[in-house]
Amino acid sequence: MATKLYNKTYTRLGGITKATVSLDAPGASNDELALVQGRLAQVVKTKGDRVTLQIFSGTEDIATDAEVTFLGEPPTLKVSESLSGRFFNAYGQPIDGGPAVEGEARQIGGPSVNPYKRRQPSQIIPTGIAGIDLNNTLVSGQKIPFFADPDQPYNNVMAQVALRADVDKIILGGMGLSNDDYLYFRHEFENAGALDKIISFVNTTENPPVERLLIPDMALTAAEYFAVDKNEKVLVLLTDMTLYADALSIVSNRMDQIPSKDSMPGSLYSDLAKIYEKAVQLPDGGSITIIAVTTLNDGDITHAIPDNTGYITEGQLFLRADPDSGKVIIDPFRSLSRLKQLVQGKQTREDHSQVMNASVRLYADAQNAKTKLENGFDLSDYDMRCLEYARDYATRLLAVDVNLSLTEMLDTAWDLFAKYFTKAETGIKQTFIDKYWRGN
Amino acid sequence: MTTTGKITGIVANLVTVACDGPVSQNEICYVSTGGTKLMAEVIKVNGSTASAQVFESTRGVKNGDSVEFTKKMLEVTLGPGLLSSCYDGLQNDITTMTGVFLKRGEYTPALDARKKWHFTVIAAVGDSVVAGDWLGEVKEGWLPHKIMVPFSFEGEYTVKWLAPEGDYCINDKIAELDGPDGVVEVTMCQKWPVKVAIRAYREKPRPERIMETGVRVIDTFNPIAEGGTGFIPGPFGCGKTVLQHAIAKQGEADVIVMAACGERANEVVEIFTEFPELIDPHTGRHLMERTTIICNTSNMPVAAREASVYTAMTICEYYRAMGLKVLLLADSTSRWAQALREMSNRMEELPGADAFPVDLSSIISNFYSRAGMVILNNGEKGAVTFIGTVSPAGGNLKEPVTESTKKAARCFYALEQNRADKKRYPSVNPIDSYSKYLEYPEIIEYLDEAVEKGWVDKVAKAKNYIRKGKDAADQINILGDDGVPMSYHELFWKSELIDFVILQQDAFDAIDALCPIERQRYMLDKVLGLCDRSYEFDDYEKCGEFFKKMINILRQMNYSEFNSEKFNTYGNELEKLLEDYGN
Repeated sequence: MATKLYNKTYTRLGGITKATVSLDAPGASNDELALVQGRLAQVVKTKGDRVTLQIFSGTEDIATDAEVTFLGEPPTLKVSESLSGRFFNAYGQPIDGGPAVEGEARQIGGPSVNPYKRRQPSQIIPTGIAGIDLNNTLVSGQKIPFFADPDQPYNNVMAQVALRADVDKIILGGMGLSNDDYLYFRHEFENAGALDKIISFVNTTENPPVERLLIPDMALTAAEYFAVDKNEKVLVLLTDMTLYADALSIVSNRMDQIPSKDSMPGSLYSDLAKIYEKAVQLPDGGSITIIAVTTLNDGDITHAIPDNTGYITEGQLFLRADPDSGKVIIDPFRSLSRLKQLVQGKQTREDHSQVMNASVRLYADAQNAKTKLENGFDLSDYDMRCLEYARDYATRLLAVDVNLSLTEMLDTAWDLFAKYFTKAETGIKQTFIDKYWRGN
Repeated sequence: MTTTGKITGIVANLVTVACDGPVSQNEICYVSTGGTKLMAEVIKVNGSTASAQVFESTRGVKNGDSVEFTKKMLEVTLGPGLLSSCYDGLQNDITTMTGVFLKRGEYTPALDARKKWHFTVIAAVGDSVVAGDWLGEVKEGWLPHKIMVPFSFEGEYTVKWLAPEGDYCINDKIAELDGPDGVVEVTMCQKWPVKVAIRAYREKPRPERIMETGVRVIDTFNPIAEGGTGFIPGPFGCGKTVLQHAIAKQGEADVIVMAACGERANEVVEIFTEFPELIDPHTGRHLMERTTIICNTSNMPVAAREASVYTAMTICEYYRAMGLKVLLLADSTSRWAQALREMSNRMEELPGADAFPVDLSSIISNFYSRAGMVILNNGEKGAVTFIGTVSPAGGNLKEPVTESTKKAARCFYALEQNRADKKRYPSVNPIDSYSKYLEYPEIIEYLDEAVEKGWVDKVAKAKNYIRKGKDAADQINILGDDGVPMSYHELFWKSELIDFVILQQDAFDAIDALCPIERQRYMLDKVLGLCDRSYEFDDYEKCGEFFKKMINILRQMNYSEFNSEKFNTYGNELEKLLEDYGN
């Protein structure tokens, strides 16, 4: 970002903390960017002439006579078709060795879509993973996170989902990615030959944490360009939102704000909602779908980050290791897609929702049988069949490594029903039993 | 002379302003920045410095930007045309805004000033009137919309002139009143500050009847009174929104105001998409014709979130003053409390529990107290029933918003994760939930009349069966199926019978979704009759099988039209099952 001639320059800092500096600079505007000794900073507070600047990369080595230049505008991203296939850092600068992108500069973190202009999401996004398509169907315009412990392969699953999804653009917002994960994404995208529809904004663990705060806004500004201006179907991947929230708490702490639950800032809900609510189905066909990752601490969803996320997003996909089948599965009990009924049976086969409910209910019966077994009670014949079904169901449908069409998923479920249960035990509507029952 | 000022400080959406004249608490002012004017509300004054919360993003605002004060608090416009409208938290009509994105500083009028309404006269020249008295009425769709003496008028007035019957716009003069300050003109619309309760009524007695929602777990087990208050706390994914939408669709009220406060935008889209199609079961009209939506979704400016619930309540009070029954649904009040917390934090106030402001409890109870049934000056009755949802952090009900609301609201509908996980919807816990109205002698008397003599005792009995069933289930889980006497299994299954047939209800089934009170009475009588019998079973599996059969038949009854042939066939089937058992 070049310094323009008329920008005012100051050289006397009044105070320095770990993340902010303050100085007397009359006329600075709220949210405006500045360069402090060459580092990018943003106005976060003004009081009389005293301006507080948050320096994204930290204040190490900043001197009281550092040169401060105000740039006169909030952070922007230059948008155009040539964003496609590129990798950028949190400031929107290329990190792939290519040239800077030319285009219209748009302020990031812009206004919200008028709720009255939104349309109800109604297009299924198939992923090939039955734990999603069959049980928690994804709809374009939806926002949904993976809830996963750090040891789960959430980034791999997400990359898979993205590459299989039928969308025009995929935008990756990586926050606090390990360098290995960053290279993994890059490798996967290049291998799939899909690079021309992918745009990445990446902050790795090697970069300062506060920079992460810019990533979602950068990614979503690019997404809005393609969805609103070009009427494209855009899928945005945000990983890992827990690290984003951690960066929020660092900043609020440095600014002496009173923390609320789990030492998170009191505005956490609004901060997260501002990002997730960018997911939208637009009237002219464009859409933004957000799939995020929220890492959990030992499966605890009552922590402020997953808790607030759950209130904002339209469901969650819960990853866990299943000891019985030895696979990583999408937990059918703790996962939910709030929009699934908008497409199930409408864009998918008529028996979809009944098959889904029956298979999950029988899986729940298996859990009860398991509890009985653990408590040392005798199992009935039905219990035994449930247990065997559960293992099969987890392996063939719940595991994240399956890749099936929806019809194949439904047929597989009917196979399992016929293998382990009587028609009555499934509790499915008679008309569907007559039509789809496989076997006698 | 209006007061003006200059910005002297900015933190997020809190600005401090150096003022050149008098300012009042809660006064509205406009911050001019880059050619647009941003609305803000004064929330603290210290000497000649005022702190104001800006209802929009403060990006680009500079110290030295000018501020104009309006001498007014945040007001809404009240008049014909409010029904079927969609407003943001500050009563801007979002349907008339241009562009896909909300534009900062774009404010649209709440009512269409050019639309003509057919006015008929109610009062007569020479009548002595006070604020809230009816002068005439217009037809707002199907609803007789009263044109009243503005609520801000103090003292007694004499009607000097009334417009003849005819078509008028909201700003046309329809009356002249002679009062303490001489002759004043009255139009069909008026303004009122949202944070002040409208008190144009004679008295506010205790509620005397219940408001039907068609939801069994509410109407039968813990009914809410007309003019009553209730709240629904629940962790995410427990069906809070589905339950609220069910109440909005079926609630026995003339006017429904839905305040979507800090929740998902797609949920509002669902209302926009579905309500114009759906039919009001009580009147056969389109639901949208009785509904006003106030939406300040979670990504819209935080400060306006607080305003949105007050805006909604004021509109409710306005319709109540016409002698109508109004239902206000706010989803969710926790988001409003969080907005208060963010602001209190920026003001550097000393925090209370979980960093919420210390006066949270009094703010909440003050708001809930604006609901209620009233007797108007002309003897007519009107009511505002208020149901709010609460989103407790981590699903833990021991948090400040839930606790404060519990003190203020009279009905408590606890949604339970465990029930939701088992897909037992609505997931209202029948034991933890309560309705204080069941203790009101007026309500007990009303239910004796309207439903059946001794109804409240019956409900208590059903609750007791559930309690006993829960204890039995605990014992069975500890000791095993074989380790407990047969009577435990019987008790457990009786509670399951009540659970499956009465408590659970399919909100997505056309028939089961709405259960009128007469039908609720029939089913509860039937189920209690089955529970009161004693059974003899050889083993627990037989017991379970038998009850499962009964449950299945009764559920089919729930899915069939009341007293239809199909319904009666299932009734006979049940009789036959019981007979066979006897043999």
